[in-house]
Amino acid sequence: MKKALKILYSALIFVFLYAPMVVLIVLSFNKSKSRAKWGGFTFDWYVKLFGDHIIMQALINTLLIAFISALVACIIGTIAALAMNKMGTLAKSTMLGVTNIPMLNADIVTGISLMLLFIFFRFKFGFVSILLAHITFNISYVILSVMPRIKNMNPSNYEAALDLGATPVYAFFKVILPDIWPGVLSGFLMAFTMSLDDFIITHFTKGAGVDTISTKVYAQLKKGIDPKMYALSTLIFISVLVLLILINTLPAAGKKKKAK
Amino acid sequence: MKNNKFVKFLSVPYVLWAIAFIIIPLLMVFYYGLTDINGKFTFSNVMAITDPVHLKSLYIALILALISTVICILLAYPLALILASIKNKNEHLIVFIFILPMWMNFLLRTLAWQTLLENDGIINNVLSFFHLPTLHIINTPAAIVFGMIYNFLPFMILPLYNVISKIDQNVLNAARDLGANYFQALLKITLPLSVPGIISGITMVFVPSLTTFVVSEMLGGSKILLIGNVIEQEFTQNSNWNLGSGLSIVLMVFIVISMVITSIFDKEGEGNAI
Repeated sequence: MKKALKILYSALIFVFLYAPMVVLIVLSFNKSKSRAKWGGFTFDWYVKLFGDHIIMQALINTLLIAFISALVACIIGTIAALAMNKMGTLAKSTMLGVTNIPMLNADIVTGISLMLLFIFFRFKFGFVSILLAHITFNISYVILSVMPRIKNMNPSNYEAALDLGATPVYAFFKVILPDIWPGVLSGFLMAFTMSLDDFIITHFTKGAGVDTISTKVYAQLKKGIDPKMYALSTLIFISVLVLLILINTLPAAGKKKKAK
Repeated sequence: MKNNKFVKFLSVPYVLWAIAFIIIPLLMVFYYGLTDINGKFTFSNVMAITDPVHLKSLYIALILALISTVICILLAYPLALILASIKNKNEHLIVFIFILPMWMNFLLRTLAWQTLLENDGIINNVLSFFHLPTLHIINTPAAIVFGMIYNFLPFMILPLYNVISKIDQNVLNAARDLGANYFQALLKITLPLSVPGIISGITMVFVPSLTTFVVSEMLGGSKILLIGNVIEQEFTQNSNWNLGSGLSIVLMVFIVISMVITSIFDKEGEGNAI
């Protein structure tokens, strides 16, 4: 009885969180352009999607910004986290405090603060300004994801490597990095996801003519959403879902083989 | 020792980045907020919050953010308890379930709720099919609260799940052995130990709810202005950066208050979502 209640409750929350996904997937097969009417089943939006240069360009921008910003954030963030670990309490807590700002501050304030920075220094609004903004908030996610791993790291391993004649750089790649790798990887995934889903900060830091999927959708809100957008987001959702299932089942299968 | 110095030197790129893209931009907000168009010092942009329209938008935003934060705690806490109680769980999978929706665009997800909640929308069609009373909440504050809860609930679930799943089972077992029933143990052990998660979740839900302009624009029918909408319009439509910055300074007061509360209750960062 109690178990059934638990499952029912979890299922209700799950339905709440995933109902919009179902709606969007259904709309991507809707022949009618209106959100309110079902006009019959069609694959048209999927076919037309790949011929739409503007949407494809927005997709490329979105993925490029997410990938580059997550990668740069991982490099800067991981190095900074290693350095912060060696710092005194005051310096470390100051750095962590600053790192928390982009995460705890409102997106709208982060967005306008960067917009004002670019206005003040007459920096050109465009792809690069969006990228700089995304790297900034992504570094915070990387540091917070890598930090616990570094704390639990055994410093003797690194020292042993140095004693045995490894250069610091060699020891970093052979000893430290494998140790903290799961933290770096989850930081990268988190950063990539946050960049991909961001609208507000991009809205304030983008220039005319450069669009991501988010800003493209926002521009279409008033005149009606192009159904190709539903098709695109369905494709992204399904591919991530398949990827996740593969990641979660493959290692398990590998382990079973080893056990035999 | 020499090596330690070298390691500290590694923080230089991030320190420079943080100064250039976190500290200086925030100072910019203060600079623009405390000057007029001619660059002269003034308090008028900050005091503009006393304008009845602005004051009302701040008031509505505070109320709606408060309501959605409370509902998020009530919805998320039982779920976090359930998730933490699952044995031989795949932790990554649980986190992924709540992060996965983020891969479908935030604006499209919110738009889907418009389709669901509309007066002749999907939910009402289902309700009237079963001859149940229909909902009329689209373009009302209730729909905005709905959108806030939907968008920010995962940020309440994840920190709660993180702290609850780390609670030592032996402590709970000891309480039960000493005669506490389930609810006593929950109230006296689990709840106090999960305070860092609750506080972190409150900040993660309250701040984005208070400052959103997208959810209110999409589900509130652009008739209900929140403080976020006012600031966004000053920046993108009226190009009055000084007024927009001044109002942002007021908004930051609330953000700073919630940051301070978080740092008091959550010194070790236990309640982090990730």
